[in-house]
Amino acid sequence: MTVRTFRFFIPLLAVAAAALCGMAIIALSGRDPFMIFAKLFRATFASGYGTGQVLFKTTTLIFTGLAVALPFRARLFNIGGEGQLQLAALAAAITGALLPPSVPPVAALPLSALAAMAAGGFWGASAGLLKVRFGVNEVISTIMLNFIAQAATGYLLTWRFAEPSSEHTAEIGRAAMMPQIDDLSGLLAGSPANFTLILALGAALCAALYLFRSRGGYELRAVGLQPEAAAWAGIRSGRHVTAVMAVAGAVAGLGALNLVSGYKHYYEAGLTGGFGFSGIAVALLAGAHPLWIVPAALFFGLLEYGGLAVGAYVPKDIFMIIQALTILIVIVLNAKKP
Amino acid sequence: MEHAIRLTSVSKTFGAVKACSKVSLSIRSGTIHAVVGENGAGKSTLAGLIYGMHQPDCGRIEINGTTVSFSSPGEAIAAGIGMVHQHFMLVPTLTVLENVLLGLEKKSLLSPLDLKNSGESIRQLSLKYGMAVDPLARVSTLSVGEEQRVEILKVLYRNARILILDEPTAVLTPLETRQLFAVLRSLAGEGKTILIITHKLDEVLALADTVTVMSRGSVTGTLPCLETSKEELARMMVGRSVLLRVDNPEPSPGNIVLSIENLGYRTATGLGKLEAVSFSVRSGEIFGIAGVEGNGQSELLSLLWGLRERGREVSGKVLFEGADITRKSPGEITRLGVSHIPEDRLKHAVVAGFSVAENMIFGRHREKRFHRGFGFDRQEVSRYALKLGETYDVRCTDHVNTPLGTLSGGNQQKVVVARELDRPGMKLLILAQPTRGVDIGAIEQIHRSIIAARDRGTAIVLVSSELDELISLSTRIGALYKGSFRRVFTREEVLEGRRRGRPFEEELGLCIT
Repeated sequence: MTVRTFRFFIPLLAVAAAALCGMAIIALSGRDPFMIFAKLFRATFASGYGTGQVLFKTTTLIFTGLAVALPFRARLFNIGGEGQLQLAALAAAITGALLPPSVPPVAALPLSALAAMAAGGFWGASAGLLKVRFGVNEVISTIMLNFIAQAATGYLLTWRFAEPSSEHTAEIGRAAMMPQIDDLSGLLAGSPANFTLILALGAALCAALYLFRSRGGYELRAVGLQPEAAAWAGIRSGRHVTAVMAVAGAVAGLGALNLVSGYKHYYEAGLTGGFGFSGIAVALLAGAHPLWIVPAALFFGLLEYGGLAVGAYVPKDIFMIIQALTILIVIVLNAKKP
Repeated sequence: MEHAIRLTSVSKTFGAVKACSKVSLSIRSGTIHAVVGENGAGKSTLAGLIYGMHQPDCGRIEINGTTVSFSSPGEAIAAGIGMVHQHFMLVPTLTVLENVLLGLEKKSLLSPLDLKNSGESIRQLSLKYGMAVDPLARVSTLSVGEEQRVEILKVLYRNARILILDEPTAVLTPLETRQLFAVLRSLAGEGKTILIITHKLDEVLALADTVTVMSRGSVTGTLPCLETSKEELARMMVGRSVLLRVDNPEPSPGNIVLSIENLGYRTATGLGKLEAVSFSVRSGEIFGIAGVEGNGQSELLSLLWGLRERGREVSGKVLFEGADITRKSPGEITRLGVSHIPEDRLKHAVVAGFSVAENMIFGRHREKRFHRGFGFDRQEVSRYALKLGETYDVRCTDHVNTPLGTLSGGNQQKVVVARELDRPGMKLLILAQPTRGVDIGAIEQIHRSIIAARDRGTAIVLVSSELDELISLSTRIGALYKGSFRRVFTREEVLEGRRRGRPFEEELGLCIT
C-alpha cells in the first residue's frame, strides 16, 4: 500500500519540485519568482480570457496525451502524435471547406471529425501494421511517419489547397465550425476555447472505461504487461497492437478538431505547433492513466499559455525547462524503489 | 574442533519483514552443513549475512573464532569466505581461466596477465578435487554442471576456506548432482567448511553432516543428519505433518484423448529437437515425461499448446480426440478443453501486475459466465476468485486488490493450478514442472489436486525434472533423451518401481543421461 500511495503522489511531487527549480532559475535570471508566478496566475486563471486560452491548449493536449497513453498500455511508445495530428488537421480543414453549404451542422461537424479521425487513424495504424507485419520498432516508424506527414502536408498545402496568395487553406463552412464556449454561454470571453473540450473529456473517460472496465482493455493491458503470457492465454497481440495504434492516431486526429473547426477554421503551416510532442510529456506525467491525462494536460496548457503571457518579463524558455524537468523528475521517482 | 562460523542471536529486518530473527548457529570447520526451509524462511538472508551482502541489525557473527562485521562481500572474500550463487556469474565469451582470474588482475592496466602459471594452478586445483574442466575452454561451450565447477574453482582459487552454495543442484542432472556431492565431500575432507542452502531434503540427508531447519525467519532446530528423517525435517519446515508422497490410488484409464504420431521438430537453424516421438494418453491416466532440460520437452510443449516458432519444421501428427491440432492457435486449443500449466509461471502463465482475481480468469476470460456488457461481471469474478482461492488454499487477504506478483511462488502456482484445473469441460491437462519453486506444503496440495483431476477422467501429460515427482504421480513414464524416447516404462513397471523406491529412481535417471 505504501508503494501505491507513493506512486499516486509522484506527479504532484514532480510538479512541485519542477516549480521550485523554475523559481530558482527565474531568481537567477534576476527576476522575483513570486512576482512572475503572480503575473502568470493573473494572466491565466484570474481572467475568463486567460482561462479560455489555457483550456484551449488543454483540449488538444488531452487528445495528444491520450494518443500516447493508450499505446503505452500495450508497451508501445507512440512518438507519432504530431504527424497524426498534422494529417488530421489538413483533412478536417479540407473536408470542412469542401462540404456544400446545404449540409447542416449536425452532419458537417461529425463529417469533419470522421475525416480527422480517419487521417490520424490511418497514420497510426500504419505504424501498428509495420510493427506486426515486419517487426519495425514503433518508435522508429512513428518518427519516420512524422517526417512524411510533415512533408506531405507541406506539399499538399502549397501546391494543392492553399488559397491564392495566402499560406492557408480555404475557410471551412459555417456548418463545420465548432461553437465556441463564449458564443453560447458568454463565459471565457473572446478566448478560442470551444466545445471540443467536452469531446476531449469524453474521450478521456471512454479511454479509462475501455482500459480498466472492458474485456478488450484487459487483454490490451495483459499484452503490455506480459506479452508472452498473453500469447499463451490465446490473446492475439498483433490485433491489439494494430488496433490501439489506429485508435491512438484517431484520437490524436480529434485534437485537430479543436484547432481547425474550433479556432482557426483553416489549415496553415505550423498550426499543430508541437502539440503532438507535448502529448508525450502529458502522458508521462499522467503515468499513462487516461483520467490523470486531464489534470496533466491542464498543467502543461497552463505553462504553455502562461509562459507566453509573461514573456515580457522572463523568456518563455524557462517554462519549457519546467515542463522538461517535471518529466525527468517523474521518471526518476518512478525508477526509484521506495 | 573449532567453529568456522558461529552466529549468536543474529536478527535482520527488511522494512516490516523479519527475515531473520535471533538466529544462532554454529558450524564446525571441515563439515558440510545444510540449511533448509521453505521459500521466504530466511535461508538466503542468512547466507547474505555471512557473506557480507547484508549487515545484521543485532547479534554477533564470528568467523574462525574472531568477531567480524563485513560491510561488503569483498571483505568476506578477504576473510576466506566464498559463495556460489544459484545463478552463475560468468562471462560466456571468456575462457574458464579468464573467468577465474577476473577481478584478480593485480597488474597495471596494459601489462599482460600471467596466464600460463595461473592456468597450471587452476588445472592442478581442478584435478585435486575431481572437477575436470579445461581451463582454456570458452565458458559458452560448457555444460551447466561444468559452469558450476568454474564457479567453485573461482572461489577456491581465492583461497576460500568456507564455501556457501545457494541451491546448487537446482539446475543439475542427477549425474551432475552426484559428481558435485563427491567434490563437496572431498573439499570437506581437506578441512574446508561447506554451507549449503537448499530445499531438497533427499540431498540434505545424502550429503550433509548437520542440518539446520528454518521457518519464518527463525531456526526451528539443528540436527545431525544421521539422526533425522525426511519426514521429520518436512514437519519442522512446515509446522505440521506433510505427506511427502501423495496417495496414488489405482487409475482406471479410458479412451485415448491425445495421441502423438511420429513427431519430428526442427528449428529454423536446422537443429533437430524431436525425432520420431510417438505416445498416447488415455483419459484418467498420467503420462510422465522424464528428461533433462533441453532434450525436446520445450518443443513438445510448444506444439501441444499451439505456439509457433518462426521457421520451424514439424513432421508427424498431434491428434486430440482424433483431430489434428498442429495448426491450431492457443485460443482454439483451449476451447477444445485443454488446460496447461507452463514451466515458466511468471513468463507464461500469469501477469504479475494483475490482481489475483484478474489472474484467476486469465486465459479463461472469454467464458461467458464472467461477462457483463463489454466488460466483466466484477462481482462474479471476485466471487469465483474467492471460491477457487479457498478450495486451493491460496493465501491472500484481498483477491481483488492484491497484485499477484506480491504473493509467494507457491501461492502464485496455486492460482495457476486452480485456474487451469477448474476449466470447464477439461479433457486434457498438460503440466510442466508444476511444483518448481513451490514449498513442500504447497507441493502436497498441488499433487493431490492433480490426482483428483485424473480420477475425474482427465488425461494428463506431466513433464518434470523431479524424478521423485514423476514416479509418485505417473501412470506411465517416458524417458526423453536427445529428442526421442529412450524407454517408456509401462504401468506395471512404474507401479513396481514406486515400491522399489531409490533403485528405480536411479534406473530412470540413467535413461535420461
